[in-house]
Amino acid sequence: MHHFLYGVLPYLALTVAVIGSIIRYDRDPFTWKSKSSQLLRKRGFVLGSVLFHVGVLFIFAGHFVGLLTPIALFDALGVPHGAKQLLAVVAGGIAGTMALVGGLILLARRLGDPRIRANSGFGDTLVMVMLVGQLGLGLASVIPTMAHLDGHEMLKFMAWAQGIIFFQPGAAEHIADVHWIYKVHILLGLAIILVFPFTRLVHMVSAPVRYLWRPGYQIVRSRRGAKAAPRGVGPVRRAE
Amino acid sequence: MKVRAQIGMVLNLDKCIGCHTCSVTCKNVWTTREGVEYAWFNNVETKPGIGYPKDWENQKRWNGGWTRTASGGLQPKQGGKWRILANIFANPDLPEIDDFYEPFDFDHDHLKSAPEMNAFPTARPRSKITGERMEKIEWGPNWEEILGGEFAKRSQDSNFEGIQKAIYGEYENTFMMYLPRLCEHCLNPACVASCPSGAIYKREDDGVVLIDQDKCRGWRMCVSGCPYKKIYYNWSSGKSEKCTLCYPRLESGQPTVCSETCVGRIRYLGVMLYDADKIAEAASVEDEKTLYDAQLGVFLDPNDPEVIAAARAEGIPEDWIKGARNSPIWKMAMEWKIAFPLHPEYRTLPMVWYVPPLSPIQNAAAAGQISALDDMPDVRSLRIPVRYLANMLTAGDEAPVVTALERMLAMRSYMRSKTVDGVINLGVAQRVGMTPAQIDEMYQLMAIANYEDRFVIPTTHRELVEDAYDLKGGCGFTDGNGCSTGSSGKTLFGQKKFRAPTEFLS
Repeated sequence: MHHFLYGVLPYLALTVAVIGSIIRYDRDPFTWKSKSSQLLRKRGFVLGSVLFHVGVLFIFAGHFVGLLTPIALFDALGVPHGAKQLLAVVAGGIAGTMALVGGLILLARRLGDPRIRANSGFGDTLVMVMLVGQLGLGLASVIPTMAHLDGHEMLKFMAWAQGIIFFQPGAAEHIADVHWIYKVHILLGLAIILVFPFTRLVHMVSAPVRYLWRPGYQIVRSRRGAKAAPRGVGPVRRAE
Repeated sequence: MKVRAQIGMVLNLDKCIGCHTCSVTCKNVWTTREGVEYAWFNNVETKPGIGYPKDWENQKRWNGGWTRTASGGLQPKQGGKWRILANIFANPDLPEIDDFYEPFDFDHDHLKSAPEMNAFPTARPRSKITGERMEKIEWGPNWEEILGGEFAKRSQDSNFEGIQKAIYGEYENTFMMYLPRLCEHCLNPACVASCPSGAIYKREDDGVVLIDQDKCRGWRMCVSGCPYKKIYYNWSSGKSEKCTLCYPRLESGQPTVCSETCVGRIRYLGVMLYDADKIAEAASVEDEKTLYDAQLGVFLDPNDPEVIAAARAEGIPEDWIKGARNSPIWKMAMEWKIAFPLHPEYRTLPMVWYVPPLSPIQNAAAAGQISALDDMPDVRSLRIPVRYLANMLTAGDEAPVVTALERMLAMRSYMRSKTVDGVINLGVAQRVGMTPAQIDEMYQLMAIANYEDRFVIPTTHRELVEDAYDLKGGCGFTDGNGCSTGSSGKTLFGQKKFRAPTEFLS
């Protein structure tokens, strides 16, 4: 069971997330959106949304760097494991608290505001609950972490994550004996990856950074030079 | 010189009776769906008033349009690209739906299904967002209709800038006019510039500004970027929508729905040729009052052989060049100079222009004492202050507005003496700098306003860009899955199922 949840499920979740997203983007691009509800109610939105997004982005980057950087790099730089862990706890704790406060504001708004509630689908509420739960678990994991400040537990998670990425058999064994809070945290994380393509979460893939180096401000589309339409199927798309 | 063609519109406010037929027909065609009940791609406002959405002309509050930077460049007033991206999690300049109004419907069914009661059954309002009862409707799409509401509120109208407005609150001095509004299909659109996804674009062949619904991600920067607040976020679909200038109709040579159905025949549609290379320079002139003139400088004379040659070289079809020569827009905006852009100070170079309205002479009792030549009163004695119109149409420059009003008065005076007295009054024509032939033509276009004179719309040329053979067996306009409406009853990605138009009919 442990092997399935932490050795097989990660691959299932990532596969569903990647392939599901590609299918959705290709087949149903109209549904690909952030689904903002700011128009319906501004009160509480500005503070909640900014705290939540900034916090989550920071945590996301922290997990990415923290889990996937080879530990040899830290050793080469002379960073003790305990110091790296302390950094993760402090920085992650601040960002996590920001995101959790923001997330709670947004969740309260989604469940409590009649306008937002009436315009929420099952998926919208589900991801909000999952994310807030995940943030809560992440912050709660600071407690067991305090029991081993030398950072050896942290190495287990790095070994697991890097093992999964590099298709090493037995990656799940690295985290067989860790505290249950970590285990639930990972499980919920995989669940979020699993539901990713079916929810509004997909909007994060479309973060419009391209805008920054888009030449000029204006966009003019010409029809001249448009390719011939595919035979017989679907509407004719206009060339960019 | 880079010649491009654009379908422009002129609205003759002098003939607008405020009947809202344009708004209603537009709504019936485009925005009866869930999520855009509150959106009116075309709406008619009574001025003075704060309008729809509330206070939209106050860019100090909404930060729409462009601003000229210290170095003489242009950037959206809501911020440059970094600033816009930084605000993507929560847009500080976005109006709330209550700034438009909370959409509602009435419990009509209750009128026939109510049991026998002592009191007469009524149809009470219900919110279209929450479905809950609304005890009181606080605001609507046309709350200030015919000067509705108190003057203190209506006079927040930004066009009162620089006017001692208190006296216009007095009954004897009150004035009003109608302002039908739609997307301006600007030459320098701020919505396009503000869209981080690059989903909004201007069409090269006819200048229509559209939102690609498949590329829109709902970042909602266009809503705050547009100073006319003519982009509407569909709160149900999560995508922005806007006036399409009824492009499927235009492409087949028909006028837009709002123009077609206008009972006052106030709307004109025609081709304008312009120089795309001059846009940036014209939009960034330093003095706001010269923006109107700068925009005139962007338009190209369709009778100039050099322009025609350049247009041909750009691949502009022959009937479009001919259309530009017969364009009613060209005549009103460039030849007679009686039409003006709406708020040129937003630096968007809008392409829906307005002929300012004449109004009754103020203080009729004293009419005899007002200086009048050939029964032409001084335009400054008209009820609507010239400065008010200038604030709206020329960034506060009164001279062009005065000339336009004088020309319209001169046309009346000239035609009156021509048809009633049988006298050609050359003096009145010359005083406003026009020839009798020009006034006759102006009369034909503005007073008679025949259908074929108002709408000079060349059809689109798909044959130049598409092989019609490939369209054989195609489905026309569809969403999603080509000709199919989908094979299963449910959709995996949380979207309401697409229904083909044929399903609605059956």
